[in-house]
Amino acid sequence: MSKPADFPQAAREVLQDAQMRRNVAHATDVIRNKRDRVVAEHPAWQSLRDAGSAIRREALLQLDRYLLQFEAACTQAGGQVHWAVDADAANRIVLDLLARHSAREIVKIKSMTTEEIGLNRAVEAHGIAAVETDLAELIIQLGHDQPSHIVVPALHKNRQQIRELFQREMHLDSLGDTPEDLTAAARAYLRRKFLSASVAVSGANFLIAETGSVVIVESEGNGRMCLTLPPVLIAIAGIEKVIPRYRDLDVFLETLPRSATGERMNPYNSIWTGVRPGDGPQEFHVILLDNGRSRILRDPEASQTLKCIRCGACQNVCPVYRQTGGHAYRSVYAGPIGAILTPQLHQLEQGASLPYASSLCGACYEVCPVKIDIPEVLIHLRGQVVRKQQSTLAGTFGAWNLGMQLAAQVFASGDRLALAETLGRLGQRPFVSSSGFIEHLPFMLSGWTQSRDLAPLPAESFREWWAKRSSRITP
Amino acid sequence: MPAFIEGLSALRISLFITCYNDALFPSTGKAVVRVLERLGHSIDFNPAQTCCGQMHWNTGYLREAVPIIRHFVSTFRDADTICIPSSSCVAMIRDHYPKAARESGDPGFIADVEALLPRVFEFSELLVNHLGVEDVGATFPHRVTYHASCHSLRSLRLGDIPIRLLRRVRGLTLCDLQGLDQCCGFGGTFAIKNADVSSAMVADKTRSILDTGAEVCTAVDNSCLMHLYGALHRQRTPVRTAHLAEILASEGAS
Repeated sequence: MSKPADFPQAAREVLQDAQMRRNVAHATDVIRNKRDRVVAEHPAWQSLRDAGSAIRREALLQLDRYLLQFEAACTQAGGQVHWAVDADAANRIVLDLLARHSAREIVKIKSMTTEEIGLNRAVEAHGIAAVETDLAELIIQLGHDQPSHIVVPALHKNRQQIRELFQREMHLDSLGDTPEDLTAAARAYLRRKFLSASVAVSGANFLIAETGSVVIVESEGNGRMCLTLPPVLIAIAGIEKVIPRYRDLDVFLETLPRSATGERMNPYNSIWTGVRPGDGPQEFHVILLDNGRSRILRDPEASQTLKCIRCGACQNVCPVYRQTGGHAYRSVYAGPIGAILTPQLHQLEQGASLPYASSLCGACYEVCPVKIDIPEVLIHLRGQVVRKQQSTLAGTFGAWNLGMQLAAQVFASGDRLALAETLGRLGQRPFVSSSGFIEHLPFMLSGWTQSRDLAPLPAESFREWWAKRSSRITP
Repeated sequence: MPAFIEGLSALRISLFITCYNDALFPSTGKAVVRVLERLGHSIDFNPAQTCCGQMHWNTGYLREAVPIIRHFVSTFRDADTICIPSSSCVAMIRDHYPKAARESGDPGFIADVEALLPRVFEFSELLVNHLGVEDVGATFPHRVTYHASCHSLRSLRLGDIPIRLLRRVRGLTLCDLQGLDQCCGFGGTFAIKNADVSSAMVADKTRSILDTGAEVCTAVDNSCLMHLYGALHRQRTPVRTAHLAEILASEGAS
């Protein structure tokens, strides 16, 4: 796979798309306001965040134990548990199962994990159609597009764009653009698929170690269709999705919907435990996916990343995401959580520019329902990026490293800083325009002057003023 | 100590001007000195001071930041009360110094940082929370809008402290800024590394500022203000920026 564009470059491209930016700003504003309302009305919101954080931490601290407990309980209930070390392994397991059932088509519940492993591509390469049944995922699939948000993957599209897409792809003579028109079209299209598919593939919001259950929350009922109609159900979940006990759901069924969609509870909450003869799928598989997670867990600074319950609240409040939408991240996981998760999943081979795709404003940490200190992890990962750059000759002698080393030397003493200020006043002269401002800066500093002027260093620094003043006051 | 002599002495306040205020915004430092002296306190400025290490730390030059942090800690080891007219530098000290010290494994460094933290105050926080003053005797007859910097809002949790100070300034008309909790897009080296996104963010923020009809935009961080003024000036708008200290130091029309 070719190396994706880094964030600054990809952002420059997407920022040209004024329609996308309006759509993203509008959609995130709507969700954010809804979230703020249902969070503000909750009397114990901060306690719920603390509890959610503690439960996720507990699960991660003894992940091996809870996963084995989940495997035992799920198996006991009639499910089959598979372990997949990476994306290829997970896809192979799915393909084997599909081959065993001679499946030509699968229906899917929206799942970031299957995006992560590229499941649709993998099954389509074997002539099997994967049908996304979540409305937004269907929009993405029909438009040959990429999801741009964890929870609302098509938020970069507006209704008119969706109407055109549906009419074209569903071969409809006419279609209105009200939400009712669009959902009715999707319903008619999907209903046939639900009834004909023999295998459903889902992700999981939570795995319950105690009971071996898979938990899926959703808003549209498509998930319930997938979980109940096809005779075979395959759930694919990252190993970090496990929570210890059934009663832990108490916390997350409050915090997840409020954080994700601004709803007090999800319209559909499905808790799936094993198989029951004559009711629902008669074969139930759970694939537990590592794909780099166990490595992330071994980094004590960054392992909190895995507490994430994929609510997307950080994306909705992120001022960077608000400008760029999700596509600029060139990653399945966009926004603040993507900026810390993606580079870790890929060991900085991909997404090394993402830890810098943040002004460290802290809005993400403030809304996170499991209290992931995203800014802290961003800085930690920046540290790794810098170390890695410094291990190469080009990085060591690159402008950033040289500039930072020089600045560190300047900040070693007050005398050096004073000297640097004097030199700065001399050095800035060629750049000060007739207006008295700096309007063009060279090299990497040109980024500043593309939209901002800079007042030059004044003739006297504070320390110089102070020295003169004290000599006057105390002779 | 009998209660009636408690709090009688003026404070000796050590000013950490911050590196960028020293070089770029000396007028802010002068204003801090004027306000605190007007309130009867004396100011100490140790010229050995340099930087808090924030730029290096936040850009990922963690190893390089540590000597700068140690330099700060040793420069201010004997200071009673440290005043910093920059919330992001205070946030750097409070949020990251303990970790830097912990990772060094040096018990002396850890103890020094622990002893330092309770003595560090952001300028407006020092006035309102520590000195218990809201009216500092300022007059500034202008329409002013207040920009809440991210660190003041989410790290220091200053809340309405700067607003309370502004409300007591004679002649000042406060204009509410829409989207107060939105970042202006500065973010230190972010403004350069992600110049396009940063420019888009500041464009939104300057639009909000212009919508208020204010003549002056203020904040407790000159870093945001440098960013905002840079964009406002480029857009040829007449709006000025001024650090909160400069408004509080003002005693008439300017």
